[in-house]
Amino acid sequence: MPQVSFEHIVKSFGAVTVLNDLNLRIDDGDFLVLLGPSGCGKTTLLNLLAGLLEVTDGRIKIGEREVTDLEPKDRGLAMVFQSYALYPTKTVHGNLKFGLSASKLPADEIEKRISWAAKLLQIEPLLNRKPAHLSGGQRQRVAIGRALVKNVEVFLFDEPLSNLDAKLRTEMRLEIKKLHDELKQTIIYVTHDQIEAMTMATKIAVMDGGVIQQFGTPDEVYEEPANLFVAGFIGSPAMNLRKASLAKNGALIEAVFPSGVRLDVSDYRFADAPEDGAEIIVGLRPEHFGLPEDVTNAAGTFELPVRYTERTGSDATVFLEFENELLALRIAPDKTSRFKSGGQATVGFQRNKANLFDARSGRRI
Amino acid sequence: MSSQATAATIGNTPTVQYFPRRKKRISGRSIAVLVFLTICALFFSVPLYVVVVTSFKSMDQIREGAIFSLPYIWSWDAWDHAWNHACSGIRCNGLKVGFWNSVSILGPSLVLSIVLSMVTGYALALWNVRWAGPFLFILFICAFVPFQIIMYPLIVMTSTVKIYGTVWGIAVVHAVLAMPVLTLIFRNYYKDIPTEIMSAAVMDSGSFWKIFVEIIVPMSGNILIVVLILQITSIWNDYLIGVTFGGLNSQPMTVNLANLVTVSTGTTNYAQNMAGALLTAIPPLVVYFAVGKLFVQGVTAGAIKG
Repeated sequence: MPQVSFEHIVKSFGAVTVLNDLNLRIDDGDFLVLLGPSGCGKTTLLNLLAGLLEVTDGRIKIGEREVTDLEPKDRGLAMVFQSYALYPTKTVHGNLKFGLSASKLPADEIEKRISWAAKLLQIEPLLNRKPAHLSGGQRQRVAIGRALVKNVEVFLFDEPLSNLDAKLRTEMRLEIKKLHDELKQTIIYVTHDQIEAMTMATKIAVMDGGVIQQFGTPDEVYEEPANLFVAGFIGSPAMNLRKASLAKNGALIEAVFPSGVRLDVSDYRFADAPEDGAEIIVGLRPEHFGLPEDVTNAAGTFELPVRYTERTGSDATVFLEFENELLALRIAPDKTSRFKSGGQATVGFQRNKANLFDARSGRRI
Repeated sequence: MSSQATAATIGNTPTVQYFPRRKKRISGRSIAVLVFLTICALFFSVPLYVVVVTSFKSMDQIREGAIFSLPYIWSWDAWDHAWNHACSGIRCNGLKVGFWNSVSILGPSLVLSIVLSMVTGYALALWNVRWAGPFLFILFICAFVPFQIIMYPLIVMTSTVKIYGTVWGIAVVHAVLAMPVLTLIFRNYYKDIPTEIMSAAVMDSGSFWKIFVEIIVPMSGNILIVVLILQITSIWNDYLIGVTFGGLNSQPMTVNLANLVTVSTGTTNYAQNMAGALLTAIPPLVVYFAVGKLFVQGVTAGAIKG
């Protein structure tokens, strides 16, 4: 079964090197999301795999097959594009059929696959329509259908949901996840939307500046970000990142903020033995704060002025001022009455939830 | 309550209908524009009027010199003579010989020139062609080379491959001469096709010709109309290529017309000349009237994103 691997990939456009010695291995059946801001090289990586771009150096393998120099159609891949890329002059049926034009299948097998995909995606009533007469969601289904009929083992998705409205996006997200559960193919999915990444992926590769910053399961990436970039990129509202220094006193290890506030980090799983006085950056997730009565045995307590509150319905974000910067924290909406803008509030931070990074290298310690 | 009213208005936006407002009075500026446009229209239509009425007059009436007067008797004699009996050289079978020659030149020339430029434009716009930039540049330069300069080499080349003096000789020369401009037109049109559609097609099929025939040609409707009209007019109205490469048997209608007008013994028969000129001009006019609307759509297509 296929395992997709990138080995020492280098990609340059003229003098600009976008990817430099990139290595990545995707196991069979994985749903890998390449996540990163615009221009981080994630789409370039996908296009290299698809064969739409040529690698400058390195090898790409699908299973035991080296595909680096194969034509796109011979690589055994199917791709869904951001703009759907449907053929405007062909009907839905024609679009699906053209997807099979490179495979020399008998006509009845082609029809069988088209009706299978149409049924799976519930686009049967649309088969005779042209793309111009379809809604955004329907077009997206057809685009997925055109990939499905090929019956390949690796699917590529290039930001397929970014052109849909919020509600449709949520629906299609679930649907793609369902498809993956049913069909078990390997999926490589490019997005800059962390919610898509967190909800659908079995593995996430966070990319920035052409480098894979962290590769792991969604939980690993969220709970134990490997560096400051990942910590700041994943999570909404973003993780609060504050400078502090470590204070070691026997078994007690504390992070001391410039204003003197102390946070107990004794039970943090340090990779190396911590040094006393080390300059660090503490990452505090907004949802790990709570009112003093909710957080028993808090690692640290903050008494701070309240600046703003934002309600999103299911929960609320409160911004407190901490050392002249805003500190975001997430609380249940019914507790917002305790946070009056201009007033003071006391909040506790849960034990064993802080993330610590080296202030100089930005790496997790 | 006012907030409720506002909410209701936002909820059902009344259907907005646009209509041209009736002008209260005609301003001085628009009068000037109207006068200018009328003069322009007269400028083009008065000569046409003279040609049409003259073609129906008898020679006696023409000699009176009143070129704007209507014919005393409307007569089709000149038309009949021009079509059936006018002499071109020593043969006197009328313009109809040239008409059918022109028709048989038009078909192959159109197909050859459009297909050649279309495929070249498609390859240059959507595929990685080595030296595509320099090639386009040279093509662009070629668009400025006057035909007269390369006429003799072309004659030698066409006679070497034994197509000189045939319809195919004319078609090949038309295709070659039209290629620079048409290729640029097609190439620019195809450049606007979204790259993702091309990427999808390359992954789906990967075949140059299959993508061209199944995806690209069906998307070329607008630009094909434009190019078709350009080419029909330029091929039909061409004189120099026809007279040079047509030999004696494949001369187009324009050559016959020129012979009719210039080489005549005795008195010049203005009525016949006018009738002949009109007969030659009618086919492109018909094409313009038939697809003129599509032509305008084609020229402006892509100007505004849909």
